[in-house]
Amino acid sequence: MLTKRIIPCLDIKNGRTVKGVNFLDLKDAGDPVELAKKYSDEGADELVFLDISATEEDRKTLIDLVRKVGETINIPFTVGGGISSVNDVEILLKNGADKVSINSSAVKNPQLINDLASAFGSQCIVVAIDAKQINGNWKVHLVGGKIATEIDLFDWAKEVENRGAGEILFTSMDNDGTKNGFANEALAKLSQTINIPIIASGGAGTIQHFTDAFLVGNADAALAASVFHFQEISIQDLKKELKNNNIQIRL
Amino acid sequence: MKIVIINYGAGNIQSIQFALQRLGYEGILSNNITEIQSADKVIFPGVGEASSAMQKLRDSGIDKIIPNLKQPVLGICLGMQLMCNSSEEGNTKGLGIFDIDIIKFSNKVKVPQMGWNNIYNLKSSLFEGIPENEYMYLIHSFYAPKCTESIAFTSYETEYSSALQKDNFYGVQFHPEKSGKIGEQILSNFLEL
Repeated sequence: MLTKRIIPCLDIKNGRTVKGVNFLDLKDAGDPVELAKKYSDEGADELVFLDISATEEDRKTLIDLVRKVGETINIPFTVGGGISSVNDVEILLKNGADKVSINSSAVKNPQLINDLASAFGSQCIVVAIDAKQINGNWKVHLVGGKIATEIDLFDWAKEVENRGAGEILFTSMDNDGTKNGFANEALAKLSQTINIPIIASGGAGTIQHFTDAFLVGNADAALAASVFHFQEISIQDLKKELKNNNIQIRL
Repeated sequence: MKIVIINYGAGNIQSIQFALQRLGYEGILSNNITEIQSADKVIFPGVGEASSAMQKLRDSGIDKIIPNLKQPVLGICLGMQLMCNSSEEGNTKGLGIFDIDIIKFSNKVKVPQMGWNNIYNLKSSLFEGIPENEYMYLIHSFYAPKCTESIAFTSYETEYSSALQKDNFYGVQFHPEKSGKIGEQILSNFLEL
């Protein structure tokens, strides 16, 4: 049976893992290569690197880092942040990334999804969607959730699928950082709307939250950062408990 | 040992190169026919879409030489699929090494299949020392049905071939280079054939 995936996410700035609330008050969370190795050894099913660098120089540091991680770990890893062209993706893949994640650039230029899917295959293209509820309707947000759009989450997810994305990484801004659980209702609706895998993101605080994301939200994978970085939940304990709850998991 | 990874412009091959390095080998990326023919082991990767990948093989003349190679050849993912008779993806005629036609998963399941699934009914020296039901990383929308050349099965919508073998030709639908220690062991088994 295909298993549900547990995916630690590393926010990268200037070659270090950082974690803050809404990108403010960034705390250093360690060396990305060491963390990647540790998570891989502990049984993470994939890794996501999100580059939040602002400068060109930081970007070069990121490419070197992607290469080091690719050399070191033997599980798939996705790199997101700052990708807006076929060339950007080519550089990352050449340095060992397996998949890329695009977000704001896809909203600004939806054709980018088609272009990337035809150049590298759908399996390589993850579209990240940040959304929150405004008057009860889920609206897509840009730039780490700072800029609201009029785009409906479910319409956009459908369009993204039709344009050739292989997977969706859905972050609920309402849940992100709260540690109150994932946005399971929206996840379940997404799962009915589209037929590509969905990664749940935003809100992980306890092991039960992951169980709910899979059983209630019907997510294919769950992503979290701080609960792993700050050792609030160990990946091994999490996976054992999920397995005890009869969720298909790779131990 | 000379290991050639066929480099015909079909997607990401860096991961395979890195996996070989971790195992203490060096792979040569090449689309040169003489180089491929003189290798001790040939790895035939592939990511992306079948018809355009096949076109790239034809453009470089590699399609003619692969079926005649005598050394062990390992097709990975789309590489394995292109070694079959045909693929439903882009109505593609394949290399015809494995006598099976590649078809698509239906929309009863999420497509692509993405993630870790187990392999069982293991039947080849490729799986020497590999226990039944270990998890491998898979990412694909099309699959090889069960056939006489199956050397491993996986279940997703239906039970299908997650590995094939005919003589010196091996094909795996999963990514051994991205499937943890067990995946590396399978790669290592291939290199020691």
